[in-house]
Amino acid sequence: MSHTTNKGKINPGRRRLLKGLSALGAAGLMNGFGPAPLWAAAKVKMGFIYVGPRDDYGYNQAHFEGKSAVATLDWVKAVDEENVPETIEVIKTMESMINLDGAQVIFPTSFGYFDPHILKTAPKYPKVMFLHCGGLWDEKKHPKNVGSYFGYIDEPVYLSGVVAGHMSKTGKLGYIAAIPIPQVLRNINSFTLGARSVNPKITTNVVFTGGWANPVKEAEAANSMADQGIDVLTCHVDSPKVVVQTAEKRGIYCCGYHTDQSVLAPKGFLTGAEWNWSKVYIDYAQMIKTGKPIPNLVRGGLKEGIVKSSPYGMTVTAKAKENADAVRKKFMDGSMIVYQGPMKDNTGKMAIPAGTRYSQTDIWLESMNWLVEGVIGTTKS
Amino acid sequence: MHNFMESIAIPTAALVFSLLIFSGFVAFSGNNVLEVLAAIYQGAFGSWFSWQNTLVRAAPLMLTALCTALPARSGLIIIGGEGAMVVGGLCATLTGISLNGLPPFFVISSMACSGVLSGGAWIAAVGALKHYRNVNETISSLLLNYIAIAILNFLILGLLRDPATLNKPSSFPIGDANMLGTIGTTSIHAGLIFGLVVCGLLWFVIRRTTFGFSIDMIGGNIRAAQISGLAVGKLIIITCFLGGAAAGLAGMIEIAAVHGRANTSLNAGYGYAGILVAFIARYNPLAIIPVAILLGGIRASSGLLQRSFDLPDATTLVLQGIIFIVILASGAVYGRLNWFKPKGDSP
Repeated sequence: MSHTTNKGKINPGRRRLLKGLSALGAAGLMNGFGPAPLWAAAKVKMGFIYVGPRDDYGYNQAHFEGKSAVATLDWVKAVDEENVPETIEVIKTMESMINLDGAQVIFPTSFGYFDPHILKTAPKYPKVMFLHCGGLWDEKKHPKNVGSYFGYIDEPVYLSGVVAGHMSKTGKLGYIAAIPIPQVLRNINSFTLGARSVNPKITTNVVFTGGWANPVKEAEAANSMADQGIDVLTCHVDSPKVVVQTAEKRGIYCCGYHTDQSVLAPKGFLTGAEWNWSKVYIDYAQMIKTGKPIPNLVRGGLKEGIVKSSPYGMTVTAKAKENADAVRKKFMDGSMIVYQGPMKDNTGKMAIPAGTRYSQTDIWLESMNWLVEGVIGTTKS
Repeated sequence: MHNFMESIAIPTAALVFSLLIFSGFVAFSGNNVLEVLAAIYQGAFGSWFSWQNTLVRAAPLMLTALCTALPARSGLIIIGGEGAMVVGGLCATLTGISLNGLPPFFVISSMACSGVLSGGAWIAAVGALKHYRNVNETISSLLLNYIAIAILNFLILGLLRDPATLNKPSSFPIGDANMLGTIGTTSIHAGLIFGLVVCGLLWFVIRRTTFGFSIDMIGGNIRAAQISGLAVGKLIIITCFLGGAAAGLAGMIEIAAVHGRANTSLNAGYGYAGILVAFIARYNPLAIIPVAILLGGIRASSGLLQRSFDLPDATTLVLQGIIFIVILASGAVYGRLNWFKPKGDSP
C-alpha cells in the first residue's frame, strides 16, 4: 500500500506528534500548508467530492463511476471523498485535496457546493480549476478558475417516457420527485411528453417527497401509486434504489435514473436515463494533459455523449425499442425539439404559444416552473 | 484531586481500548494498522492545516453538545439540538434579512440574540411540556426536530425564497457586510470563540453558582430537590432554555459565518453529532471542548483515509461508534478502582 503525502511517507512517531502540537503555537505565523508539492511523475491530479455514498445506485454512484473510469488511465491520479456535507466541511475537503494531494482540478459534484463554498475557495487557489456539476457558472459574476458542466438529461428521460408509453397497459405513469425545482419539473414534463407522443391519453401522477433522500416516503409513494393502478414508475431523487425495488416487488415496470439500476429490477426494468460522466471526466483529463484551456461551460445531451440511456430491459417490446431508437436518432442529429408550441400546462393555461420553439440549449427552459398537460400534480410541494 | 485524576485516566484508557478494537477492524480490512492510525493522526492533528480542519468541524459541536448536556444535568435526555439549531439559524436569517443595511455590528448582535432566544424557546418548550404535561422529553424533542426542518423547508420554498436560487432553493442573503469573519489569518471562523466562551461560561454556572448546584440536585434526586423547596419546574425550563440557546447560537453562526442565507444545508447533522459529544463528555461543559475537538479530528481525518487508503467514509463512523460505546461502558468503572481512592478511605 503506497501512501504518500506532501511530506513523504507517513511515519508515526513522537517527532510528528511534537510537530503537530507545536503547529498550534505557530498558528499566527503560517497560513495554509505552503506551496503545492512537486510530484515525481507529472500525473494529472483530480479530486472528486460527493455529497452521499459512492454506492447509492444513484447520483453519487454515477459520479463515482466517472471517477473510477478516469482513474484507470495510468497518467491520472484521482482521489475522492464521499458523504461530504454542503457546509464548511466541503471547503476543508477541497483545500485538503489541493494542499495534501496536489489536485489540479476539483470536481465538487453536489449542487449546494457552489454558492458559497466554491465561490469562496476558488479565489484563494487561482491555479486550481474548480469544475462544478450543475451549470451555474456565470461569466460576469464568477471567478475564471471556476466552471460548470451539466447534461441535458431530460433527453434520455424523454426516451424513457416513449418506452413507458408503449409498455403501460393502464395508461397511468408515476413520477416520484424530490422538490419542485426547474430541473426536476423539466424531467417530469419530458417524461410525460415522451409517453404522450405514443398515446396522448396517458397521464403521469407526481409525488414530491420534499427531499433528495427520503427512502421511507419514496417507498410509501411507490406503493400508493401501485395501489392506484399505475404500472410504470420512475423518479428523480438522489438514489432511485427504493423506487425501483418497490416497483419490482409490486410487479410493475420502472425506468431508472442517474445510473443503471437494471440489476435491482431484473423483471420490470425498462430503461433509464443515465449520466455518462466517464466521458466527461476523461475529456477533462485529456485537456489538462495536453495543456488545452478548459472551457468554463460544458453542456450537452445525447449527441455530445454526456447522457445516455440504460440498456433496454428484457420485457421491452420490439415496437417500443424501434420507436425510442427513432427518436434517439433525431436527438443525435439535432432535429428533435421537445418544447414547442402550442403546449398547455396542466392547469389549462398556454405554456408555450403556437409557433414558438425552444431548442435544448434555450435558457428559458432552465427556469421552468410549470407542469405539462397530462401531469397530475402541482408545482407546490 | 483523585476525582480529577480518575476523570482523566478512565476516558484516556477507554480511548486507547477503542483504538485497539478499531485496529482489529483495520487489520481485518487488509490495511496496515499503524499507517492507518498515523493517517488519522495526520489528518486530524498532524499539521496546522489539519488543526484548522479539525477546529472548524469542532466549533458547532461544542454548542450543540450543550443542548443535550445541560438539560441532562437536571435529568432530562434531550435530543433536539438539530431542531434548535435549525430554528436558531432560521430566526437569525430572518433578523439579518430584515435589518440588512443597518450597521453590521448591530445586525450581527441582533442575529445572535434572535438565534439564542428562538433556539432557547424551542427547547424550553420541551422542558415545559415535560414539567406541566409530563410529555417524554426525548420523544418530544426528537419530533420537534422534524417540525423545525419542515418549517425551514416551507419558508425557503415559499415566503423567504430568493427567486434567483433556482435549483437550490434558499432564502434571501443576509448581506456580505453582516457576515462573521475568520480568526486572524486562519481559516477558522469566529464560531470557535463562541463555542469556547459559552462552554467555559456554562461550566462556571454549573460548578460555581447556586443555580448550577440546584440543577445538579434536581438531576440527582428530584424528590429531594422538591422537598428542599427548589422551584423545580422553573429551573428545568431555564436549563432547557440555556441548552437550546447554545444550539440556536450554533445555527446563527452557521448562517453568519458560513452560508450567508438559509437553506437545507443548515440541517447538516451537527445537532445529532452534538448528542454524542455530550454523552462522551459526561455532560460536563468544560469536557465538551476536548471531546468536540476529538470528534472534529476524527471527522477531519476521514478525508485522508478515503483519499490515501480508499477506505469508505464509514471507517471513521465505525471508530466514532466504538469510542462512544467503550466510553459509555467505562462509566461503570468510576469509583471502583482503588488507585483513585484517597489513602485510608477504603470501602
